[in-house]
Amino acid sequence: MVMEQFSPSARLDAVFAALADPTRRAIVARLAEGEATVNELGAPFDMSQPAISKHLKVLERAGLISIGHDAQRRPRKLEAEPLDQAMDWIERYREVWEANYQRLDALLEELKAKPGAKKRKRKKG
Amino acid sequence: MPKPLEVTLPSDREVRVVRSFNAPRELVWEAHTKPELIQKWMLGPPGWSMPVCEMDVRAGGAYRWRWRNDADGSEFGFFGKFTEVNQPAKLAHEESYDPGDVGGAMPTEPALISNELTEKAGVTTMVVTMVFPSKEARDGAVSTGMTDGMEMGYARLDDIFKVAA
Repeated sequence: MVMEQFSPSARLDAVFAALADPTRRAIVARLAEGEATVNELGAPFDMSQPAISKHLKVLERAGLISIGHDAQRRPRKLEAEPLDQAMDWIERYREVWEANYQRLDALLEELKAKPGAKKRKRKKG
Repeated sequence: MPKPLEVTLPSDREVRVVRSFNAPRELVWEAHTKPELIQKWMLGPPGWSMPVCEMDVRAGGAYRWRWRNDADGSEFGFFGKFTEVNQPAKLAHEESYDPGDVGGAMPTEPALISNELTEKAGVTTMVVTMVFPSKEARDGAVSTGMTDGMEMGYARLDDIFKVAA
């Protein structure tokens, strides 16, 4: 499969580039509900078939969708692994900062409870 | 309980973080500018402490942060200058990476970080915008360690769309 040729960071680049387009995100969302043919995927958009096919090629190169075996219908199917990897990357960062901010929430509660806090609150600006 | 923070990538060189706090702007500002307060919460993943936190909060003033791994004593940090100090609405600074013992790439240009605070009915919303000198620098800063094997249901696709938006 083509995706095996790419290094992990190149694969991530391809996934993010693929998702940086609203039409492709809508296609991915549709495929999350089940596989679909090119015609079915193109139906919601005011777009030519070649244009839709171009989007599908980008998604295929990123490993986000695969082509089913039905030679007639050639349905596209969503592949979860590249999305898992992309999510890990941002999710880890978000988790670290959410932990920081939860500590900050607790600290802010302490500061609000201090005698000087009410005075600060009445200050304008 | 405040909503968890939102992380998005508005362009290939930027990171945007949005988080709300149940506190007035002045307190959120203090928590971001007083060393003794910063050292209580800006600690990163478990196992790290913040032995250095120097803050000269004025336009052109310098700051320096360092974290220390409790297990092996290795350190890394950030440093830079404040570019905009508009209490309590906006705090902006350059940010350069200090690889310390941990190592890693150090871009020649600093990142530009801005914290903007707005308050409504006692709730402060903070928007942090980080602009990096390159995509590689941005990606390096965000990938603080990938985790393996996270389960992801299709229900979490909404998060992906926020990330990519």
